[in-house]
Amino acid sequence: MGVLENQFPDNVFFSTTDTIINWSRKSSLWPETFGIACCAIEMISTGCSRYDLDRFGMVFRPSPRQSDVMIIAGTVVKKFAPIVRRLYDQMPEPRWVVAMGTCAISGGVYNTYAVVQGSELIVPVDVFVPGCPPRPEALMHGMVLLQEKIMRTHVLRKEPEQAASES
Amino acid sequence: MTDRRPAFCDRIMDHFGDRVSDGGAGIDMHNIEVAPENLKELCRFLLQAPELSFDFLSDLCGVDFLPDNPRFAVVYHLYSTTHQHRLRLKCRFDDPPRLPTVADIWTTANWHEREAFDMYGIVFEGHPNLKRIYMWDEFDGYPMRKDFPVRGYKDEYNPFGKERGEQ
Repeated sequence: MGVLENQFPDNVFFSTTDTIINWSRKSSLWPETFGIACCAIEMISTGCSRYDLDRFGMVFRPSPRQSDVMIIAGTVVKKFAPIVRRLYDQMPEPRWVVAMGTCAISGGVYNTYAVVQGSELIVPVDVFVPGCPPRPEALMHGMVLLQEKIMRTHVLRKEPEQAASES
Repeated sequence: MTDRRPAFCDRIMDHFGDRVSDGGAGIDMHNIEVAPENLKELCRFLLQAPELSFDFLSDLCGVDFLPDNPRFAVVYHLYSTTHQHRLRLKCRFDDPPRLPTVADIWTTANWHEREAFDMYGIVFEGHPNLKRIYMWDEFDGYPMRKDFPVRGYKDEYNPFGKERGEQ
C-alpha cells in the first residue's frame, strides 16, 4: 500500500442508481438448493470448496422464498413440471433462471413421452449452460453471464425504446 | 448356458402334469410356462413346497408381443433363499389383459404389479392398491405398449409428439 497510501483526497463517486442496484443484485445471487438429476452433482461440486461458488457471493438457499436464482439442474419430467413452476412462482422478484445441461435446455436425448422438451416451456430461462453435464467451470461461466445480463438491466431508468419513443 | 434341467422341475411337472409346460433352459435359469387360470395355484405351490420354497420374487414384468397372439405376457423371476435356485415363470394372455394378483403370495409383487399396470395396462385382479406408480394419475395411455408412440402425444410440454389418432 506504500505507493497509494494517503495519496488521494476524500473521494466522491458518481454513478447511476441502476448501477448500484444491479451491482448489489448481481453480487448476492442466491440459487435454490434444487437438483433434479445428475447435473445436480456438478452443481453441488461447483458450490463446494474446490470450485467455490461462494466467492461470487452465491450461497445456496434451501427455500425458494429466500433465493433469486433457480438452477434447473437435470431432466425435467412432465410429472415434475408443475413443481418446477411452483418453485419459480414462490421465488420473490427479481428472479432469474439458469437451465443447466442438455436435458434442461431441450430434453436432450430424452425425446420421449415422459420428458419436458425444454424448461423454457415451463419457466422463462435467462441463461442456457450446455453440456452433459456441464463442467463446474461452465456453470460458473453461465453465472458470470447472468451477472453481466443483470448489469445491463434497467431498474429505475426507462427502457431504451421507451425513452426513444417519448423524445 | 446350461441345458441341464434342474431336479425340482420334475417335482413341479409331477404335481401339475400338463397344466404347466416346460419352457426350456434360459441363459440363466429354467423356464416354465403356465396358463393364467393355473397361475395362483402354481405360485402357492412353488412357495409352500419345502423342496422348492421359492420365497423371493426377484422380478415381475409385463411384455407386449403385438402383433402376436396372445398379445401380453407377465414374467416372474423367482429365487429360493434356502435352496439358492432360480426359476422363471411365463404367463401369456390376450386382450383384455387380466391376470390374478400374486401380491398376497409375495408382498413385493404389490409395486411390481402396479408398474406392469402403469406401463402395460395389465389389470391384476385382487390387487390391494392397483393404481399408477410412475406416471401421474391423469396420464392417458400405457406408454410401454407397442402401439404407444415412443415420443408420446403432443401436449404443452412436448410440441414434437404425435397428435392423438395420428398413425
